[in-house]
Amino acid sequence: MILAKSLMPSDGLQLICSIALIVLGIAMFLTVYRILRGPSLPDRVVALDLLAYFATGAICIYAIQFGRSSLLIVAVVMALILFLGTAAFAYYIEKRANP
Amino acid sequence: MNMSELLTAFLLIVGSGFCMIAGIGVLRMPDLFTRMQASAKAGTLGVGCIVLGVATNFQDLKVAAEASLIIAFLFLTAPIASHLIARAAYFAVDTKNRRLECDELAGCYDPETHTLASERPKDGVWIRRDVPEIDD
Repeated sequence: MILAKSLMPSDGLQLICSIALIVLGIAMFLTVYRILRGPSLPDRVVALDLLAYFATGAICIYAIQFGRSSLLIVAVVMALILFLGTAAFAYYIEKRANP
Repeated sequence: MNMSELLTAFLLIVGSGFCMIAGIGVLRMPDLFTRMQASAKAGTLGVGCIVLGVATNFQDLKVAAEASLIIAFLFLTAPIASHLIARAAYFAVDTKNRRLECDELAGCYDPETHTLASERPKDGVWIRRDVPEIDD
């Protein structure tokens, strides 16, 4: 079995990756707070959408930090699935508002 | 750190900064539609910068193809998703709780078929009827 080509970053880039992950984590916490608090259902859907964006970015930063380019496939799939979920939510919100 | 790693670090910092701005905007903005603006613009730009950083880090054709695929998906689907959610929210959210500064679409939607007219009909048939309040 051929392992995926691994390209470990230098120490400085690893520090930058950790900082970027921490910043993304704080942004995720803010978004989760909006999901829990959001006054209406569309607010929650918007925040959930943004949370999935952040997860895509976090996967990409992980791919840099561990030198595994094969992790990017997960981000591709996530960018595809995310749109379907939002579209389905929008469809049912509109249906429920005016049946 | 060589040149490509410097470029990667710059793109990562800019991208995570934009993601942070998007998170703050979603938390702090007063209204659903302004929140959606922060989410769609700043979030997409931030994640796009991060994915571009991945492409500059690995310097591989396969990785660059996957990164451009992610960027294409994000930049194609984010405006469509925002439009769908904004349209659904315009019908769903109660008018009194919405707190809009100006509502230029008032009375322009057909309440039955949800189609948009450019101007209000003369006989006033297309006035938006009161949508029931939704408990969430």
